[in-house]
Amino acid sequence: MGGGMDGTVALVTGAGGGIGRATVEALLAGGAEVIATDLKAPSCGTLNLAQDVTDEAGWAQLATVIQERWGRLDCLVNNAGIATVSTIEDNDLASWRRQMGVNVDSMLLSCKAMLPLLRESGKSRPGGASVINLSSVGGLGGAPFMAAYCTSKGAVRLFSKSAAIEFAVLKYNIRVNSVHPGGIETAMMDDIIDAYVRLGVAPDRATARAAVDAQHPIGRWGKPEEVASGILYLCSTASSFMTGSELVIDGGFTAH
Amino acid sequence: MIRLAGRVALVTGGLRGIGRATVERLLEEGASVMVADLDAAGDDGLGPNTAYVRLDVGDEDQWRAAVEAIRARFGRLDILVANAGIGGTGPIRTIALEDWHRTLRVNLDGVFLATKHCADLMAESGRDHRGGASIINISSIMGLVALAQAGPYNASKGAVRLLTKSTALEFAGAKLPIRVNSVHPGFVETPLLMETSNADALAFYTAGTPMGRMAQPSEIAAAIAFLASDDASFMTGSELVVDGGWTAQ
Repeated sequence: MGGGMDGTVALVTGAGGGIGRATVEALLAGGAEVIATDLKAPSCGTLNLAQDVTDEAGWAQLATVIQERWGRLDCLVNNAGIATVSTIEDNDLASWRRQMGVNVDSMLLSCKAMLPLLRESGKSRPGGASVINLSSVGGLGGAPFMAAYCTSKGAVRLFSKSAAIEFAVLKYNIRVNSVHPGGIETAMMDDIIDAYVRLGVAPDRATARAAVDAQHPIGRWGKPEEVASGILYLCSTASSFMTGSELVIDGGFTAH
Repeated sequence: MIRLAGRVALVTGGLRGIGRATVERLLEEGASVMVADLDAAGDDGLGPNTAYVRLDVGDEDQWRAAVEAIRARFGRLDILVANAGIGGTGPIRTIALEDWHRTLRVNLDGVFLATKHCADLMAESGRDHRGGASIINISSIMGLVALAQAGPYNASKGAVRLLTKSTALEFAGAKLPIRVNSVHPGFVETPLLMETSNADALAFYTAGTPMGRMAQPSEIAAAIAFLASDDASFMTGSELVVDGGWTAQ
């Protein structure tokens, strides 16, 4: 990679996790300045802050911080997310709401709070400002024991398309796209494998892992860097005619 | 960006429109390019890292000769952009079978033959890269959604979408280091489209695109270059839709 992002101001949420951190590192390597947030302040960004993405007041404060230091936001990567693994019959409403809060409410709060800063970028940035929302292959097809997660990621997919069209119609020069990773070597995927074992879906981690492996025709899980490079493409001017699209980075998971 | 140094690409339909812009972009990123086209190359100023082969993509014998020419000139093939395509429209009740076949021959047979004849050489070359070799088949948003009286074109581009996925699964299953993806441009300001569209048609393309404009060929070429590079190393069997929001509606 490298290059092409000089002077870009980007915000990455969930930057303490695998894909988030790799995205921050890729943006920095390309020359961007990056605001990195997570529940616990990460350490990988130009500016690192603690943020609960479900907290509207926190979003307003973050917008003020970015406004005062940079006056605009070129790229917004809504990456923070959680994955609930549960049967539907055992999925209590509080857990469901938590899943929707982190994965879906955050999309609205983020776009609302950052819109003035993104519009400012859109006035001059070639290719426009860029919003990248992390969905999943679970936003394209269903999965057992992940109804809440897949519901939330399906919502991210269509929120992104609606926002893309709305911002285009309003001539904001802000592109919006979703990214759909397959299985990626992250702590979240480790937790999902553990949960399969805990639920008794698989007798042990190796069996659970083999079942997920088999869903990836390419024969392996992806690395966080391989998602980050896709996100970087969507951040860059190279994707200037892309809005409302899905970037599926899944080793062939959804091709069959 | 220089992501493709040392790599060799074949671009069919490489003299005009999206193909031409792709050749230029791949050259910028450090690749050498075999330009294939039905038209004669002429003095087009593509530069020293290119070669030209005349190719009718629907003719299997010409494919064998083209791949031999690539092997002889460059010794490898890392990137295949199956871009050559023609239109195919009209009321379904009046389309002559030979016109139907003409569209399918170029747009679908051409992609099939490209993969069939390039795969062996690409399997060798792909082992040198983290992300393997890359086949990029140019479909269209017309491979995802339809327009009235675009039957042959819709059918050909829809077929390219699933031929791409099937090939991706086959090569992944066989552990061949070749990724296969399709690109789905919206309406692009290519010479072909601009010459064959009246003012009403152009207004329809623009108004129907949420971004409110048509694409430049270079914007499609940039997407193709992304898929060609190791930046897309975990992408196979995917559709890259570059349409200004047309299909998001």
